[in-house]
Amino acid sequence: MAVEEKMGGSNGEDGGKDWFPLGMRVLAVDDDPICLKVLENLLRKCQYHVTTTNQAITALKMLRENRNKYDLVISDVNMPDMDGFKLLELVGLEMDLPVIMLSAHSDTKLVMKGITHGACDYLLKPVRIEELKNIWQHVVRRKKTDSKDQIKAPNQDKARAGNGEFGQTSTGSSDQKVNKKRKDQSEDEEEEGEDNGHENDDPSTQKKPRVVWSVELHRKFVAAVNQLGLDKAVPKKILDLMNVEGLTRENVASHLQKYRLYLKRLSSVATQQANMAAALGSKDPSYLRMSSLDGFGDFRTLTGPGRLSSASLSSYQPAGMFGRLNSSAALSLRGISSGVIQQGHSQTLNNSINGLGKIQPAVLPANQNQNGTLFQGIPTSIELNQLSQNKSTNHFGEFNRVNDPNVFGVATNFFDARVPGGSSSNSLSTASGNPLLLQANTQQTHTSGSFGNQSSHGVASLNQESFDMGVRGSSNFLDHGRCSENWQGAVQLSSFPSSSLSTSEAFNHEQLPPNNLQENLSWTSSHVSNSPIDLSSSMANSARLDDSRGDMQCQVGLNNNVIQNMGYTAKQQWGDRRHDYNGNLNNSFSRLDSLISASGAMMDQSNAVTSKRTDVSLFSQLSGDAPYVVQHPEGEKSAFDAKLRSNEDYLFEQTKPQSGFSQNNFESLEDIMSSMIKQGQNNETALMDGEFGFDAYPLGSCI
Amino acid sequence: MDVVKLQKQLVDYRASLYHEAFLDEQFTQLQELQDENNPDFVVEVVSLFFEDSERLLNELAKALEQQSIDFKRVDAHVHQLKGSSSSIGAQRVQKVCITFRNYCEEQNVEGCLKCLQQVKHEYSLVKTKLETMFKILAAGGSIPM
Repeated sequence: MAVEEKMGGSNGEDGGKDWFPLGMRVLAVDDDPICLKVLENLLRKCQYHVTTTNQAITALKMLRENRNKYDLVISDVNMPDMDGFKLLELVGLEMDLPVIMLSAHSDTKLVMKGITHGACDYLLKPVRIEELKNIWQHVVRRKKTDSKDQIKAPNQDKARAGNGEFGQTSTGSSDQKVNKKRKDQSEDEEEEGEDNGHENDDPSTQKKPRVVWSVELHRKFVAAVNQLGLDKAVPKKILDLMNVEGLTRENVASHLQKYRLYLKRLSSVATQQANMAAALGSKDPSYLRMSSLDGFGDFRTLTGPGRLSSASLSSYQPAGMFGRLNSSAALSLRGISSGVIQQGHSQTLNNSINGLGKIQPAVLPANQNQNGTLFQGIPTSIELNQLSQNKSTNHFGEFNRVNDPNVFGVATNFFDARVPGGSSSNSLSTASGNPLLLQANTQQTHTSGSFGNQSSHGVASLNQESFDMGVRGSSNFLDHGRCSENWQGAVQLSSFPSSSLSTSEAFNHEQLPPNNLQENLSWTSSHVSNSPIDLSSSMANSARLDDSRGDMQCQVGLNNNVIQNMGYTAKQQWGDRRHDYNGNLNNSFSRLDSLISASGAMMDQSNAVTSKRTDVSLFSQLSGDAPYVVQHPEGEKSAFDAKLRSNEDYLFEQTKPQSGFSQNNFESLEDIMSSMIKQGQNNETALMDGEFGFDAYPLGSCI
Repeated sequence: MDVVKLQKQLVDYRASLYHEAFLDEQFTQLQELQDENNPDFVVEVVSLFFEDSERLLNELAKALEQQSIDFKRVDAHVHQLKGSSSSIGAQRVQKVCITFRNYCEEQNVEGCLKCLQQVKHEYSLVKTKLETMFKILAAGGSIPM
């Protein structure tokens, strides 16, 4: 093995260094043939063993075939088939090999990028032999840290390091034996070691290949957590369930931690909102829940809407919420719709909420996949929004009952039905839960803000609570009596929620007039009781809208509004949903935040999935910190969606719909809606399922 | 006699190249890399350089002829030319490449075209010089270290 080769000069033992550099196996990658040739010869001159390739893809293949064949990788930064940094990340992640970057460019930013991506070193062309003579230190350093930290050091590290090098034993075999022993010693250790090995060799090493929690990855993660149950979810199990290559337990652990924080934040937000809602008058604790959930949806939507455009943002917010709801909150939508509807949309529901309400009943039929359907519906609603925001959201009231799964189905139906209804009332409600929101959004502009707040809330506490809170905020607003206002009212409400929402601050909602969101949320929350699902459906719709991104955003905002209208009943339902959504919320929150932060700018940006990535990041951010959202201006939308989706996942996981929180539900609905919307686009189904868990709260009760 | 003279000629010639900054230490390194295991290393590398550069120069000319110039592409080519010229030590070519890149960033078409001309010029200069040196080498002696 390598050991033999390395031993070249003398025994490893203390003198690991004596012979080590000789025969070190280097893989050189550079598309420029001249540089490659020169490099190869320079390396040979240093007595290294060199393999070259001018294609990054080939290099990866070779490395993947046998990672132990190489000790070090030198790669050019500018390559036609793959970005050098990307290769760097992959190598670091998958193979945990030291990588040196090479470039003719000495731009500080590039160097920084190299470092952040985990490069051991950054050399400038033309490369001098003196510099190459020293590169072996990186290998040694890495190995040392590895062996030091990871006792168990999975063989791979050792193997790589050429085992014996560290002077553990002169012979590789001894090292191996030692390693083996260690390995046998404790599984945990091994695991850790592996993790270490995987990650960066050692915990102590600063360079840890960054794990990018993409939407897909996050979704898997959420699914795994849901499967295990949030309380029982331990990193190791999650890791096993996820079954992702190159992912270490530590990665999962830290991500889980963030996720938990996010849930917590959501729930706290939800509670806040719930409180508000309570103050307003409808609110049950469940409401809070809803809010959280809704918040989720909202979050998403918030983000989504955020992206729509600053202007729309405000209005969007509510929609955003819806959007979220859709995704995760698909359920929430339902709730919202229900809630909304319950409210007697007459009041404000103008927009879709009414419709939503209606949808619920229909939706309830248990369509887990509702999400999709809902979403379908939503799009229509969205269209409707445009038509007539004000249509009477009453529909939503009907939703209430949609049980999560059903909700979706119903929602969809609803939407469909609604759509024809057009514009204002129904369309929104059903599918449009989002549309309503959107419409509302436009009108509301504020609402978006409120949602934004919500989202922040939501985010904070992933758990339903947060959601509730978020929702609450909205609900509170709603309670205010938005009902009649619909969206516009929402705005008014926003004032209300702002307080509640503002608490969340996490989300940048500030931009969005919290009130609006809150209103929306509150609505949903309150209304949620009936049909969180509705909301979700609306969300879903909104989510659907995502496709049309621009719409979604609006929708989200609208949803928010709608939600508000929906009233608080929905909220309650949401509360439950929220739980489910919380997960999603988180996502949505992150999104929302981002949205909110982005405030509009984002909306346009990437609604579509582009931001998935961002979403993920958002999400992660959310977990960590609501404020994250802000960061994704570009992908906001997509991120949002992505988030929504992820939120959805969460939401689903969260199934703990709190019936108590009718208000919450609402909120959550909104969030869910928003998230749903977002997710809806992405994960429509995801949300739906999760959200459906919600007990559809009868909107009636809410109202 | 002749050989000695030839060698002297070579030395002088090489010295002048360095003096005029056609070549820099990098080239020396290349020479150092040449040994019995790798007897034709320098020639190989330099030939590669000629080939690759000509290709790049053609690409550059094409790219700059477009109606709407894709500066990113131009920049990428120049970057590569810069890298390879620096690897063999063709200093003047490298220097022009740096200026060339600046113009690319500014999206200055005039500047880019001017630089392209310059780079072509420098390249042909260094090519001639190196070829001459190889002739001397071939004629009779190794390049004194």
